[in-house]
Amino acid sequence: MPKRTDIDTILLIGSGPIIIGQACEFDYSGTQACRALREEGYRVVLVNSNPATIMTDPMTADEVYLMDLTPASIKEIVEKERPDAVLPTMGGQTALNLADELQQENYWTEQGIEVIGVDIDAIRITEDRQRFRDLMEDIGVDQGRSRVAKSLLEAKEITQELGGLPVVIRPSFTLGGAGGGIVWTADEFDAKVTRGLELSPVHQVLIEECLFGWKEFELELLRDKNDNVIIICAIENVDPMGVHTGDSLTVAPSQTLTDKQYQHMRDQAIKMMRSIGTFAGGCNVQFGVDPASGRMVAIEINPRVSRSSALASKATGYPIAKVASRLAVGYTLDELPNEVTGTTSACFEPAIDYVVTKIPRFNFEKFEGVDEDLSTQMKAVGEVMSIGRTFPESLQKAWQSLELGYAGLGGDRPVEDRATVRERLQEPRWDRTLQIRHAFIHGASVDEVYDITKVDPWFLHQIQDLVRVEEAIAELRLSDLSDALLHEIKRFGFSDQQIAHLLAEDGVSEEDVRAHRKALAVTPSFQVVDTCAGEFPAETPFFYSTYETAMESPVTDQEKVIVLGSGPNRIGQGVEFDYCCVHAVQAARERGYEAIMINCNPETVSTDADMADKLYFEPLFWERVQDIIDHENDGRGLVKGVIVQMGGQTALKLAPGLTTSNIPILGTPTEMMDLAEDRGKFSRLLKQLEIPFAPFGLARTPSEAVEVSEGIGYPILIRPSYVLGGQGMRIAINKEEVHRYVSNILALLPGNEILLDRFIDGGIEVDVDAISDGDEVWIAGVMQHIEPAGVHSGDSTAVLPPYSLSDEVIATMRSYARSIAEHMQIRGLLNVQFVVKDEVVYVIEANPRASRTVPFVAKAKGISVARIAAHAMLGGKLATFREQGALESSLTGYAIKEPVFSWDKFPEVAKELGPEMKSTGEAIAFVDTLTDKHFKRPYEMRNLYLSK
Amino acid sequence: MSFLFSDAPPCTLALSDGTVVTGTAIGHRGETGGELCFNTSMTGYQEIMTDPSYYGQLMMMTYPHIGNYGAMDIDMEADRPMIAGLVVRSFTHRYSNRLADESLQSFMERHELVGISGVDTRRLVRHIRSEGVMNAIISSVEQDPAILVEKARAWPSMEGLELASRVGATEVFDAHVQEGGPRIAVFDFGVKRNILRSFADRGCSVRVYPGATPLAEAMAWDPDGLFFSNGPGDPRAMPEAISRVADAIATGRPIFGICLGHQLMALAEGLDVYKMRVGHRGANHPVQDLRSGTVEVTTQNHGFAVAANTLDPDVATLSHQNLNDDSVEGLRFTRFPGMSQQYHPEASPGPHDSRYLFDEFLEMIYEHRAIDAPISVSSS
Repeated sequence: MPKRTDIDTILLIGSGPIIIGQACEFDYSGTQACRALREEGYRVVLVNSNPATIMTDPMTADEVYLMDLTPASIKEIVEKERPDAVLPTMGGQTALNLADELQQENYWTEQGIEVIGVDIDAIRITEDRQRFRDLMEDIGVDQGRSRVAKSLLEAKEITQELGGLPVVIRPSFTLGGAGGGIVWTADEFDAKVTRGLELSPVHQVLIEECLFGWKEFELELLRDKNDNVIIICAIENVDPMGVHTGDSLTVAPSQTLTDKQYQHMRDQAIKMMRSIGTFAGGCNVQFGVDPASGRMVAIEINPRVSRSSALASKATGYPIAKVASRLAVGYTLDELPNEVTGTTSACFEPAIDYVVTKIPRFNFEKFEGVDEDLSTQMKAVGEVMSIGRTFPESLQKAWQSLELGYAGLGGDRPVEDRATVRERLQEPRWDRTLQIRHAFIHGASVDEVYDITKVDPWFLHQIQDLVRVEEAIAELRLSDLSDALLHEIKRFGFSDQQIAHLLAEDGVSEEDVRAHRKALAVTPSFQVVDTCAGEFPAETPFFYSTYETAMESPVTDQEKVIVLGSGPNRIGQGVEFDYCCVHAVQAARERGYEAIMINCNPETVSTDADMADKLYFEPLFWERVQDIIDHENDGRGLVKGVIVQMGGQTALKLAPGLTTSNIPILGTPTEMMDLAEDRGKFSRLLKQLEIPFAPFGLARTPSEAVEVSEGIGYPILIRPSYVLGGQGMRIAINKEEVHRYVSNILALLPGNEILLDRFIDGGIEVDVDAISDGDEVWIAGVMQHIEPAGVHSGDSTAVLPPYSLSDEVIATMRSYARSIAEHMQIRGLLNVQFVVKDEVVYVIEANPRASRTVPFVAKAKGISVARIAAHAMLGGKLATFREQGALESSLTGYAIKEPVFSWDKFPEVAKELGPEMKSTGEAIAFVDTLTDKHFKRPYEMRNLYLSK
Repeated sequence: MSFLFSDAPPCTLALSDGTVVTGTAIGHRGETGGELCFNTSMTGYQEIMTDPSYYGQLMMMTYPHIGNYGAMDIDMEADRPMIAGLVVRSFTHRYSNRLADESLQSFMERHELVGISGVDTRRLVRHIRSEGVMNAIISSVEQDPAILVEKARAWPSMEGLELASRVGATEVFDAHVQEGGPRIAVFDFGVKRNILRSFADRGCSVRVYPGATPLAEAMAWDPDGLFFSNGPGDPRAMPEAISRVADAIATGRPIFGICLGHQLMALAEGLDVYKMRVGHRGANHPVQDLRSGTVEVTTQNHGFAVAANTLDPDVATLSHQNLNDDSVEGLRFTRFPGMSQQYHPEASPGPHDSRYLFDEFLEMIYEHRAIDAPISVSSS
């Protein structure tokens, strides 16, 4: 039956700010859903408090409400919009919980609003551990033995029943496994169980037999109202059970199941989905498999799109959220086309002819004292995905994508000693596959490594094969590399950098290897992600690189603009940059260029194949980027240039390579990026412009730093150069602290030049974002921080416009920003950070790129800042936009950007704010007066600040 | 061949249109030829390799890693591999699954099955999908590409080729005996074991007759239902079998046909069958049951199909249709109690969505034969 015509307006609930466990995958899903529903002719009203997303962009929905995700907000919106239906499945657990809360007070029924896409009762069943267990038992699905405890005493009794420790605890109704984990010893039992009970909104904790070391799988399903069910993707966790799926290295499709085992899993998943309610939509089901006995148990089911569905969508090319939202409004799967092939049905199960690897990204270095061991409570802040024809190639590309300085799975630096490797392998940690490689290098056997890690031997064999290849390369000289041999090596995913490092001879550089390779015509082929393993032709512009024999990415005659994405999410570089990239792509298209996106983050809108003219799902790794540009240039200079301003530090780091290779950078010249980062040069500019700045110095060693600090005077703000999110930033009050902090930084970033500034205590911090088009500088926004200087701007509550600064001070800041923009030849964005004390304005730093605050300013004022800036980079003029009225602000009152933290994930870490950024996301609030509670909260949190 | 590792001998794959690729030899060292087809299933390589419907064909797997879980007896759909050769991108020698009896390499060697690994399967798949399936040679003993291409050209076309007589039972045997259960007489043109299992699991007695068995012999057993199995080759080159089916229809007994069986039944009733350009081989094809509107995800492996434009409601109605290309996937016959499916309801490999069709046939039998369902039936 076709879509429903009895509903007109649909309310879509977003997922709010980014937190660990619920990140920008819902930006992607939500945006897809909005697009699909509007294409079907429905009016879409969206509510979300996260200003950093594309989802909350005016273009996404008919009406966007940037409000707190609370029942009060919903009621206010419903009053105004009178929606006919609400779709709460695209906003993670937050949206589902909110919908459920309102359901409990009978709100939806009273208002005549239908909940679509999910059965509310289904949510309760799946989240209530006991109900879920009972249901599984009813339908005959095997599961781990467990029982729900409502008290510590009960928990102890149940543990004894299950045969003692270890056990797994899972608090009910929490997100990302919050409060959960494996309890190994009696010592930690009380504390962990008590905390779990506290965190659960219903004061319940499931105590489960520990399936530690079991294999773990996930299936992504879609179901329509005729009860047709299809499996979109099967994901195998390389990290066995005991590690949250969000923290695990995973591959798609599954690699080690026979067909019979897989079909059994499929049957169970379908049975489970059908049992929890009669809704049409998406579902994620997780299973555990005992490697010894083959026993398969159901772990959990999530009746909504999830992080895994974003991954599954990117991994297969099948747009799950788009289809799910159409199913929610009445379509059946057989009525929908496969938009990728254009000629076949959406009602099928994708077949893939490559291997996808997902590796999570962590930020442990941000949190002193953090427990790095991975467990059932998620700790990852982001993830990368990579595509290769084989697992080894895919794995190596994933390591290149992580941006941790690896050129693949090792093979680019010395290896730790055997004892260290052995120790590191004992617990599940983020670098497990690397340590497995190291173990093989030290001669460990597959059995030994399996005993310690319980990673399926198939993966271990594959990694061991990589080590074999490394050993083979180590016997060779550059001149030994024939085209066939080099082709074979490249098929294993080895980068030129790794090859250079591994070759038997010294002094071979990455450039040498590349030159040799190009001379032999060993270059990558680009292949299409087509959902059907090549069975049907597909027009989709979604590509990945490999070393095969056919090129599937045609080079058009159109002039191209390449946008470099921001890679995996991490603290300090999150979805805000993806927002900017998406706008840059659109600006390029508006100006008639072929817009090409390069990114490796499966959770984002920028890697939606619909978004740019061409998407290369590739590591933001120099070799890969260079390969793509070479291909698209086609020897004819077709690439007009590359936009590096929107992808955070990730894109900027690639700028020097572009310049050396004579590839044009669009917008502000690279020398200016250096100028901004080089303290000496920048200070000279400030002096020249007669702009005050704090006394400062530079140092390359701890003792040098102390000397400089003594000269400048305390307190001292210490920071490494060329980092984002205040990485490594500290405030020191004496020379011992200076010495310690600088040593720590140099340990993490050897060779870094450390910047030391006199810290202006008691000052007010201000952020200014501006756009310059070469003719004029336009100030997009001036934001005053509530928290005192010393708290990283990303962690501060920012208010737009300023609320307690004098007009003179504001005018001075604007004038300074303009001056700097002119002298730095800014084309595009400029962010300047100021400190104001005693009516004197000091410049702290200037960043010639998109800043984190850009989407906030855009949403606050209703101005498409990122889009306009991208136009400026491409030659557009602010005057044109001004004439169209596009620079007019719609803001009345104040807009507040509130940071959101994920402290609950790291209970062992002290809740402190300082110059190093710790927040994972942000929310926006609009207030009229300064007495609003949004102002009061930051003052209440004062005790979190290091600087006082 | 591998330039990195000398323990991987070179091998060549040559297509009749002149395309030649080189890789590494897997399985038995030797030479083989056949029609090069591809299968998109991501699991179940052994079931595919032992499916008699694939006799005479070189099977190329689109999924890159093959051999991951080794080889095991329970995955055999016949007593030996039926494909003429295997083409893969990345062969796994070191498998991992506690159920495995041996590696896929060992299995292939034991059965003298030739294969090639390390080739760009995706490019070949895209080549075939646009040019159509064609004959090819795999050789680890002959290196000269010109010679191999010639051999591929000379290889007999699948069109008009009768192959069913080369596979299947050579003697009558009982696959399953169930006291009091409905009797299914299977005409074996290369029946897959899982079809027999599907009947057995539903409490049927299953007696398997070689495809060329005279009808009278099977009827002497007084079967409640007749089954015409899947198998390799061109059904239009089997006039004898078609005539047997016609005779079977005349008995009035309920009849069920799968794949080749479905085509034979269609031909016996005067419908046309054509050779498809590429064919359907995989475990993800959507088929719509037109009677209910629901969709099944199905396992398919056919290179021939019934022509929809020759359908006559006096002869048969379309019960199932392929959602992708509208091809005929199921028929219900008008003049006799008969049903047939082009795809494989027993799957293996593949999803279990279509197993209800075995129950449907049994319902047909109960109705027409006025017998009761067996007391204890276990459906798997």
